[in-house]
Amino acid sequence: MSARRHEQEDPDRYFTITGGRRDASLDLVALVVAEIGPLPGMTSEQVRILRLCRDHPVAVVELSAHLALPVSVVRILLRDMLADGRISVRHPVSAPEPEQLPDLETLKQVLVGLQNL
Amino acid sequence: MDSRISDPPAAATPLRGTAADGLKIVIVGGFGVGKTTMVGSVSEIRPLSTEEVMTRAGVGIDEPGAVPGKTTTTVAFDFGRITLNDRQVLYLFGAPGQQRFWFLWDQLFGGSLGAVVLVDTRRIEESWYAIDRLEHHGMPFVVAVNRFAERGPSLPKVRAALDLDERVPLVECDARLRESSKTVLIELVRYLTALHHRPAGEDER
Ligand SMILES: Nc1nc2c(ncn2[C@@H]2O[C@H](COP(=O)(O)OP(=O)(O)OP(=O)(O)O)[C@@H](O)[C@H]2O)c(=O)[nH]1
Ligand SMILES: [Mg+2]
Repeated sequence: MSARRHEQEDPDRYFTITGGRRDASLDLVALVVAEIGPLPGMTSEQVRILRLCRDHPVAVVELSAHLALPVSVVRILLRDMLADGRISVRHPVSAPEPEQLPDLETLKQVLVGLQNL
Repeated sequence: MDSRISDPPAAATPLRGTAADGLKIVIVGGFGVGKTTMVGSVSEIRPLSTEEVMTRAGVGIDEPGAVPGKTTTTVAFDFGRITLNDRQVLYLFGAPGQQRFWFLWDQLFGGSLGAVVLVDTRRIEESWYAIDRLEHHGMPFVVAVNRFAERGPSLPKVRAALDLDERVPLVECDARLRESSKTVLIELVRYLTALHHRPAGEDER
């Protein structure tokens, strides 16, 4: 798997990128779409995010993998970009609530999708 | 199968422009049990890996001998995806079952449809903790036995060793085979559907 050794990395690196904030409101599989192109003055992470999701949606977790940044760091970057209108987010709509089952229509869609594999 | 080896980068296998609804299923199990293999055998992209990092101060569990201060806990996991239709895309996560991983469960895998517990019959006890935590989190799951050896305990013996409720599906699988992994996922979806029809009061979740 990953050859990266985050254990040995300085957590301050992430602190610098995010300004020390936390955010858990964006789901791993929320889908991100770029609303504008890269602009001068953006950080390199912002530019890379906008390039990755310029032509098609990209899930938060895929951005995390491509940027080689922990999920929590990517979430914070995305929240700022969302606030600035640089991206839009398509939140999951079929996820079950805690301790609830997925609804039957969702399960049917998943079953059909899997059977078509 | 061979095409996967020479796959272009994942960015070259983009989601459809209409994709709008991400779903999750988690595949959990001990070291080397076949999580990444299962994700890869059904995924439309080569499995990608990433991680979540959290400072120990925010972990909220006592670890004997943990040094107070600015240390971090890293949980690595990998994932793949299956486009279900124009709108929905199913993400499969391969997650470690060890204790130090579970404090991130809600944040990472809350909202999952359900879970697959992969079991290696040579190390059944490694699955106890994951099963316990899934029950605790109210996350429905099926159990898949990855056969590494020709011989091994029969499914009823595995069920007994896991102290598994008789209603929880327990199936054989070979995570290297797409059809086998696909069957396990379908088993999970059928089980979730069946749980809907369980009479009130019998639901253990
Ligand atoms: N015989 C057999 N071998 C398998 C099966 N699934 C995986 N393997 C092999 O077992 C080894 C480990 O599989 P991985 O998919 O890397 O296991 P993992 O759970 O992701 O491992 P870690 O991420 O290191 O914890 C690989 O060499 C696989 O080829 C299976 O169903 N049967
Ligand atoms: Mg793995």
